[in-house]
This record gives sequence, C-alpha cells and structure tokens, in this order.
Amino acid sequence: MECVLGVVGRDFAVVAADTSAVQSILVHKSDEDKVMVLDSHKLMGASGEPGDRVQFTEYIQKNLHLYQFRNNIPLSTAATANFTRGELATALRKNPYSVNILLAGYDADVGASLYYIDYIATFHKIEKGAFGYGAYFCLSLMDKLYRPDMSVEEAVDLVDKCIKEIRLRLVVAPQKFIIKIVDKDGAREYARRAYTDSPSEAATVTA
Amino acid sequence: MVGKNCFAIASDRRLGVQLQTVATDFQRVFKIHDKLYIGLSGLATDVQTLYQRLVFRHKLYQLREERDMKPQTFASLVSALLYEKRFGPYFCQPVIAGLGEDNEPFICTMDCIGAKELAKDFVVSGTASESLYGACESMYKPNMEPEELFETVSQALQASVDRDCLSGWGGYVLVVTPTEIQERG
Repeated sequence: MECVLGVVGRDFAVVAADTSAVQSILVHKSDEDKVMVLDSHKLMGASGEPGDRVQFTEYIQKNLHLYQFRNNIPLSTAATANFTRGELATALRKNPYSVNILLAGYDADVGASLYYIDYIATFHKIEKGAFGYGAYFCLSLMDKLYRPDMSVEEAVDLVDKCIKEIRLRLVVAPQKFIIKIVDKDGAREYARRAYTDSPSEAATVTA
Repeated sequence: MVGKNCFAIASDRRLGVQLQTVATDFQRVFKIHDKLYIGLSGLATDVQTLYQRLVFRHKLYQLREERDMKPQTFASLVSALLYEKRFGPYFCQPVIAGLGEDNEPFICTMDCIGAKELAKDFVVSGTASESLYGACESMYKPNMEPEELFETVSQALQASVDRDCLSGWGGYVLVVTPTEIQERG
C-alpha cells in the first residue's frame, strides 16, 4: 500500500511519498521518511521491502558522497540514475533488491529531471510517475491535469489532488504523506500532509 | 523489412508493467553503427542491459578491427551472448537489420536464447508478433523503394499493434539507405 509519486515542473521536481511503515496488519510508525535526500540537489523516493529500501538508498547516498569526495565535483542526476540502475541490474540475477525508485534532481545545465527505476532495473526518464497501488489512481489524474512548466503551487496542488484520491479510494490507504522538492536552491522538505476531514472521520468525531 | 537496397526497422513506444502504461516514449530500436540497427522487444530491463553489453562489445570490436561489424557477424554475436545465458536467459527477442557488404540488406530475428531466423523479406518480434506476421505478409512486396517501404512498414505496425493491448502508444520507423537515414516518430 506504499505510494510514491513524482512530478517535474518549471525548473523544479516534486517527490511525494506516504509515511507509513506497515508490516502485515500492524502499523509500526506513521512518520517514516521514504524520500531520501541524496545530496544537495537530489531526491530519491523509494518504496518496497523496508530493509532493502533503507539499505539500498543509503548505499546509493554513500557512493554519491564518495564520488564527490574523490573527484571534488558532484555526480549529475543522469549519472546517478544510471549508476542506481546499474546496481539494481547487477544484483538482479544474484540477490535482487525489491525497491522501486523515483529519482529527482536539479542540474544547472539540464534543469530538473525525474527518473523512474523499478525493482528489476527498468530505467526511464519521465515527467510524471507513481509507484504502488496509489499509481492506479494517480497516473490518470496526472495525465489529465499535468502540464509542462507548471509552477510550484500548481505542481503541489496536483500532488494534493493525487493524495486526496488515494485517501478516498484505496482500501487501507495511507493517510499521511511527505512532500519534498528539489530546485536550484537545493533539495528540501516542502510539506507534510496529515489527516484530513474526510466524511468517515467527521462521522467518528461527532458520534 | 527489406526494400530495394534499403531496410526499415520499426517499433512501438509503449513502456508498460502488465496492464499499467508507464511511458509512451520508450526507445526500443538502437543504433549500433550507421548501417546496423537492433530492435529489442521483451523485458525492458533486459532490453537496456543487452543493449549496453552489445554497444560495449561493438566498440571493442571497432577498436581492435578498426572497422564496423558486418550485420551477419553482429547477429552471431547477439546469438552467442543470448545462448551464454541459456539457463537464466535475457527475456528479449531481438530484431537485427543492417546493410552488409555492397549495401545488401540483411535482417534476422532471434528468440530469447539466440536461435537465429534469417529472412529475405521481413522479421517481427514482440507481443503482437502474430498480428505483425499477418500484416507484413499481406502488405509486403519485394523491391520497394524507401518511401513506399516506409509507408508499408508504418501501416503494418499500426494495424498490428492496434489489436494488441500491450503494444502501441506511438510508433517509430527508421528507413536506412546506403546514403541516408530517415526516422519518423
């Protein structure tokens, strides 16, 4: 039931993910950050097997830092994405990772970009995308409402609409989400979305 | 598909995960050198891995032999690479098209473990392969000029993928003659 979604706007990219950590019927915690800040200008939203997710994203983050220390220059988003894809592909037929990744980054020469890398190392550069059951609801919303060169407010509004749809229509839907943004000023947390006044909640409160 | 001193290679543009479409601009036809192209259908991750390995092997070949690979040689290379993984295969069906010696068109296809299938007229692969066989068989004529070949390939592609829910969402056709390369999306 984990959802990760991402959208590219005008010189920025937004990645949102739910913040629930679930094992079978138990919710371990509901403030788990699944969008890792890889370096100053990169975000990696990941969903999948919890151990693999944390281990693999940290592995990519540390390798990214190592490259920067060795070469005094940060790796570009495209190179990072291809490196990530390579690691997943190499492990695929030995010891596969079950992690789906949306990698967003900002480079001065290229602008903002978003990469879709699924757990079997399918690699593609996209403008909008989503993983998980939430994708069944988000993708068509994005197809309808997305325009290239959206402003931050418009993009976050689109993400909010997707979140609203997930909350409304997905059984056992995650309620809380985190939204992170990456632009020329860097990668940072933009907002968190907590409980909303859905009809079912209003009924519980008044009863 | 083979024409008169030229060939055409075409693919659809869909990237999907079973019933979900992820992207509609996925590249499936790759250039090896100016007169040799390979189209790879099947599992997207293996398409990408296989392409990277093949480009690597061809670049090494170019460094050692100081020339481009002939299509027949390349087809044998692909076949060998695929059979290496006989008991853990790449889930890909390649279509190879090139202009060989004297600019003679060469096409072939393979299954996922490298069984080569040469043809003089056309080769197909992918989820819509049965449809494609039918469409190509009915539309193909020998010795077509590049413009007519382009039309034929486009029509055959469109007709077949429209009947397959896992194919489509755009098309890409490349026509290669000894002097020029024409691509259309």
